[in-house]
Amino acid sequence: MVTDHATPDLSAVRNSLISVKDTRGTKAFRWFNYGFLTLLSAATLFPFINLIAVAFSSEGAIRARQVGLWPVGFNTTTFQSVLTNELFWINYRNTVVYTVLYTIIAMVLTTMFAYVLSRQDLPGRKFMTGMAVFTMFFSGGMVPHFVVVGTWFGLRNTMWAVILPGALSVFNLLVMKSFFENFPKELEEAAAIDGLNTFGVFARIVLPLSKAVLATMTLFYAVAMWNSWFSSMMFLSDRNLQPVTMFLRNLIAGSLAPTEVGDQADSAQIGSNIQAVTMLLTVLPIMFVYPFVQKFFVSGVMLGSVKG
Amino acid sequence: MAQETLAPAGAVVAGGGELTSSGEPRFLGPTTVRKRGFRAAIRRNWQLYTMGALPIAHLILFAYVPMFGAIIAFRRFRPGGSLIGDEWVGLHFFRLAFSTPDFWSAFWNTAILGGLWFIIGFPLPIILALLLNEVRARKFKRTVQTITYLPHFMSIVIVSGLVLQLVSMDGAVNQFLGLFGMEPVIWMQQPDAFRPIWIISEAWQTVGWGTILYLAALTTIDEQLYEAARIDGASRWRQTWHVTLPGIRPTIVVLMVLNVGTFMGVGFEKVLLLQNPLINSTADVLSTYLFRIGIAGGQFSFATAIGLMQSVIGLVLIVSANFASRKLVGSSLW
Repeated sequence: MVTDHATPDLSAVRNSLISVKDTRGTKAFRWFNYGFLTLLSAATLFPFINLIAVAFSSEGAIRARQVGLWPVGFNTTTFQSVLTNELFWINYRNTVVYTVLYTIIAMVLTTMFAYVLSRQDLPGRKFMTGMAVFTMFFSGGMVPHFVVVGTWFGLRNTMWAVILPGALSVFNLLVMKSFFENFPKELEEAAAIDGLNTFGVFARIVLPLSKAVLATMTLFYAVAMWNSWFSSMMFLSDRNLQPVTMFLRNLIAGSLAPTEVGDQADSAQIGSNIQAVTMLLTVLPIMFVYPFVQKFFVSGVMLGSVKG
Repeated sequence: MAQETLAPAGAVVAGGGELTSSGEPRFLGPTTVRKRGFRAAIRRNWQLYTMGALPIAHLILFAYVPMFGAIIAFRRFRPGGSLIGDEWVGLHFFRLAFSTPDFWSAFWNTAILGGLWFIIGFPLPIILALLLNEVRARKFKRTVQTITYLPHFMSIVIVSGLVLQLVSMDGAVNQFLGLFGMEPVIWMQQPDAFRPIWIISEAWQTVGWGTILYLAALTTIDEQLYEAARIDGASRWRQTWHVTLPGIRPTIVVLMVLNVGTFMGVGFEKVLLLQNPLINSTADVLSTYLFRIGIAGGQFSFATAIGLMQSVIGLVLIVSANFASRKLVGSSLW
């Protein structure tokens, strides 16, 4: 504490010396840094801009390799044909339904389990935590998953094959657990003395005070489901059950012919144009929501870094 | 110590086995005494166990039963036959894998792709975080962060679609090369092009989001350390090397251990979406191979054996990486 007194003066002197010393190098670096980061941001955005440009361009312009950052031969007929395609809407609705159901189920499982595991005094807590954590590092593999969920449980070609298996993310579980562990114990004790049982404390005290972390986890789950496609690929061969990501995948992989989506008489609609339009329509909701919820995601990752 | 002083109230009850009479409050930490066996614990905490029952059931059904289901790697499984396979064949399918050229091709493709990605992809977020950390203009920094985080939220189907569009015959890459008079190339038919394309697209999608934990760690470094380094005449580069990097070392180590564990998985969904038969000589990795022969091709036992090898290799890698980092740098995942 003695040094406290002297420190400010010294650092002021130091800083002035330093700023004189490496001005040129620092400046050069700063210019480089700003330039590089600007380029990186541009490179990150370019595919999206290109996507929008291709989606609104005409076949001739795309074929002639004229479409870069801006639509050439402005064309919205492809939007019309995708938006009037019945399968597209069925798949889109499936995505919404699966996302809502999955998020609800996953949140119930995760919050309940996280609360249980956060109770330091609960016998068996370590065992249960270990049971969950082990699944992060080892799994039976893709094929047993396919056989067990699809054949043993008979969930093939039902939406539950897509919704249920992933409805407990151990990563999210650990994030929530460490959040609940830091929850002030006094509040819970006071509530218990006032006559609330465990369920009551959980539902009326803990959950209402955890809104931020609940919002973050909800978003994590919702985005994961919105974007998922592979379990649908494994379990849902019925096109009417597939989510919109599978609609897009089938277009890309060629198992859904562009002519099935576009107006068959209109040769102006070629694959890449239809793909671009479908991609744009799939990605739109996330693009719109993203700027507003970004901070929740970041805070969610930060929470996760607190050692659990 | 605090627990002991609070214990007696509950201890009497717990010892006498009269748990029901004293009501609920005793589930609370300090007043609870953990002893007197299983049944007492159940009775005292039945509400918590009830809450845990569903999630535990979920874990058993969707994680542990499939682990048990991996037994079909050792038994001959036919669709329509016995659920756990018809007959015991021991290591037959493992030996079969080792003598299959396609397996080895997929194995080496996995190792090469995973290795390249680890070498190139792991340091990138660290470098970007260090660069972002040097930015003083807050708005600029936040804008760069917002933009570079964005691809993380895109479905892999979207990302693959974007990639295929950019490298297509009429895509932006060929347009750009056309400026230099180069003839358009169908990149997705060039086996040599697959790895660069995969790695660049993976970097595009993950580098920004990957900085978050490093940026958080960077804010915890004590400013005085930098001052001290400056007094000692350390240049900016030396400050980075001697103060910044050691400051975020625990984060680096933990993420490295985790990355090693996913080494064999190599973002396989994207590989599956990008690959085609013309480039399978470089693009076929273990996961896509076992998907093709197993789920699409119906050779369940054979594919399960390969998947099991993959899981075991992953587990061994992460455990040894964790062990090594604990011995060498003193920080580890567990």
